[in-house]
Amino acid sequence: MATVDYETHEHDVLVIGSGGAGLRAAIEASASGLSVGLVCKSLLGKAHTVMAEGGVAAAMGTCDQDDSWQTHFYDTMNGGKMMNSWRMAQLHAQQAADRVRELQEWGALFDRTPSGDFLQRDFGGHQFRRLCHVGDRTGLEMIRTLQDKGVHLGIEVYMECAITRLLKDGDQIAGAFGYFRPDGRFIVFRAKAIILACGGIGRSYKVTSNSWECTGDGHALAYEAGAELLDMEFVQFHPTGMVWPPGVEGLLVTEAVRGEGGKLTNNKGERIMSKYDPDRMELSTRDVVARAIYTEVKEGRGTPHGGCYLDVSYKNPATVIRKLPSMYHQFKELANVDITKQAMEVGPTTHYVMGGVRVNPDTQQSRVPGLFAAGECAGGMHGGNRLGGNSLSDLLVFGRLAGIGAVDFVKGLKKQPSLDQAQVDDAVVEMTAPFEREGAETAYDVHADLQVSMQHNVGIFRTEADLAVGIENIGKLNERAKKVVAKGGRAFNPGWHLTRELKNMLIVSESIALSAQQRKESRASHSRLDYTEFDPEWAKVNSVVHKGPDGKMVIEAVAKDPMPEELTKILAEQKELQPQRELNKKERLAKAAKE
Amino acid sequence: MPEVNFKVFRGNSEGGEEVDYKVEVTEGMVVLDAMFQIQQTKAPDLAIRWNCKAAKCGSCSAEINGKPSLMCKTRLDTLDPSKPVTVRPMRAFPIIKDLVTDVSFNYRVNKTIPPFKPKPGTDWKMLQEDVDRAQEFRKCIECFLCQDTCHVLRDHAKHEQFGGPRWLIRAASLEMHPLDVEDRIPMIREKLGIGFCNITKCCTEVCPEEIHITDNAIIPLKERVVDRYYDPIGKLIRIFTGNK
Repeated sequence: MATVDYETHEHDVLVIGSGGAGLRAAIEASASGLSVGLVCKSLLGKAHTVMAEGGVAAAMGTCDQDDSWQTHFYDTMNGGKMMNSWRMAQLHAQQAADRVRELQEWGALFDRTPSGDFLQRDFGGHQFRRLCHVGDRTGLEMIRTLQDKGVHLGIEVYMECAITRLLKDGDQIAGAFGYFRPDGRFIVFRAKAIILACGGIGRSYKVTSNSWECTGDGHALAYEAGAELLDMEFVQFHPTGMVWPPGVEGLLVTEAVRGEGGKLTNNKGERIMSKYDPDRMELSTRDVVARAIYTEVKEGRGTPHGGCYLDVSYKNPATVIRKLPSMYHQFKELANVDITKQAMEVGPTTHYVMGGVRVNPDTQQSRVPGLFAAGECAGGMHGGNRLGGNSLSDLLVFGRLAGIGAVDFVKGLKKQPSLDQAQVDDAVVEMTAPFEREGAETAYDVHADLQVSMQHNVGIFRTEADLAVGIENIGKLNERAKKVVAKGGRAFNPGWHLTRELKNMLIVSESIALSAQQRKESRASHSRLDYTEFDPEWAKVNSVVHKGPDGKMVIEAVAKDPMPEELTKILAEQKELQPQRELNKKERLAKAAKE
Repeated sequence: MPEVNFKVFRGNSEGGEEVDYKVEVTEGMVVLDAMFQIQQTKAPDLAIRWNCKAAKCGSCSAEINGKPSLMCKTRLDTLDPSKPVTVRPMRAFPIIKDLVTDVSFNYRVNKTIPPFKPKPGTDWKMLQEDVDRAQEFRKCIECFLCQDTCHVLRDHAKHEQFGGPRWLIRAASLEMHPLDVEDRIPMIREKLGIGFCNITKCCTEVCPEEIHITDNAIIPLKERVVDRYYDPIGKLIRIFTGNK
């Protein structure tokens, strides 16, 4: 295959993914003086971070002075049902505030308090007002700020470039292979360290809030390169996605709607959360609210389009439009619903994966030397369930740490890793094969069947029987995926592109299904109808998958790191303070709802 | 199920043609849904750009029945079902393939705009009424529809002399940042070529974020340029005081 042309580029650090985590990592690595390449699957500034609405969580205490990193740490661990990497949760809680202030110093304009400080809002699972925000377009503000910072630092940006394989020299990372989507030309990157920041996996499911890009590329590239995937059974189904019209099914309705006083009701007009979590009501954690809505619909108390009602129409219309501008427009334009006059219809949607590449919590390095991961494609930070607002702060904190980790690794390297031509040739063959195969089935058909199976068999409620069917289906779909064909040429060909992404989605789907099958309990976002309770034995272990020597996926239960005493003490102290704080929050929300 | 005829441009930089596709219409469908249906059932290699499908990323810009629009936001029930719907790529940029254009021009212009430079020793306190102004411009999702519709770029191809509305509001968002001290007025005049804009407000009309591009960004910037370069008294004061 040596006849196929490709171009070669060289960087000390290659960052794959240009959302919040990738940009923050690239900025950090570039500031150290190393040569940094940033690969975007789409155009720069279009990554899924732009969709983040509600805010970025940081214990600044600008609205509630009693807030502290210790409370943020407690809330994060509590929301994740103690499955989190305690070290990541600690670093995140300690560093988030500095990272947000840094964004401000780079030009971000957050909403203000009357005294001119960061305005922070209430969100599910956070005991204090903790989310710095810009209306309901916080992610856009963040990505634009990072994008402009990065552009002026001289980071080399490769737009609309898809990476299909990581290249190694022995055990160590040596580079990556991919292609430019506009013209289909192949590209080889030589790199001493690679940071994966490829985001989520939502496109494995039929109903998702995720864009086409969220195909688990980082998870799959890392897995194929020998890294481990941690706790993949924990997939967050966001409670409020749009349910109608069909084209926007799954589209996110920000939690800020509930943060601003939105009430969830069924078709009988009952406030549903009074049954499922009377203390925290609509601002319970996302896993609890999602199951509540799902159960109401399943038991026949749903809306005409199969959701529950979410209502802010009792509030002053001007307040609704000012606080939730993009929700107002989204419903008005896409569903003909005026949310200042009518209730929204909402239902659960696949939103986020807590599981991801298993990394060292301080450096973000995987078990493959030179391979780092940050943001949604890394695992551990959020445990069994992520709190709203903790994702944007995760991107900033661990994007930066991955940047530092990669720089330290490169500076400590004794010799430049070398490229193995055979690996490049293999990567070329893999990408040209779909054009050369005979057959009728396209990747679209296999993808559609995968989405239906994952939605049905590995969804919000799980059973042994369904999971077995889901796993069997993945096996069959894997066989079909090997035979799919691409038509046309290599230039901007979405059908061809999907043939490769399909493989990533199948790897991710298998890892979710196997991990879900192994964990025989219900915990946080992982709900089993055949094991409905917490199990103290399962609390002691993480699920870890990796690629076995025979190419098959291997799943293990691995003992968690014990938490140091200083942190268990913090958790105990915080637990005592919680009841009063929850009461305070309830009063605060009741008061805000009247405004 | 009702059907609608689509005429979709298929081709590349060397040329192309509108190809007819019949699309089955479901309730609430948008033009982007129709493009997906064509990809899945008729033309798997149809090139489109899209990401969020929620009018938040600004990727799926195209010209629908001649009007620069986001495909994810254009509902079929707002179009006349008796006539075919034409979907063409943005005209102000070179075509790559089908509905995808080369928008790299925009990224080059952005690089020339000096970044945010904070007031030294600031305490970072800002009032909401002061940030409101710049926040309006920061809503921009970079769909480049304003660039596409602007006749200076679209009809006169002044890409070398004129940055276009998107980059004028970018510059305005920095100039009107309450703590920014960078001076961008000379580059707004010379590099972004603000004088080329003759305030026809076409950009404001197509903006999916409803940013008042002309009234709130371009006109105030034009006034600042005029004050700097064409106000003789101000010029004298600056000469004597040494201020910018």
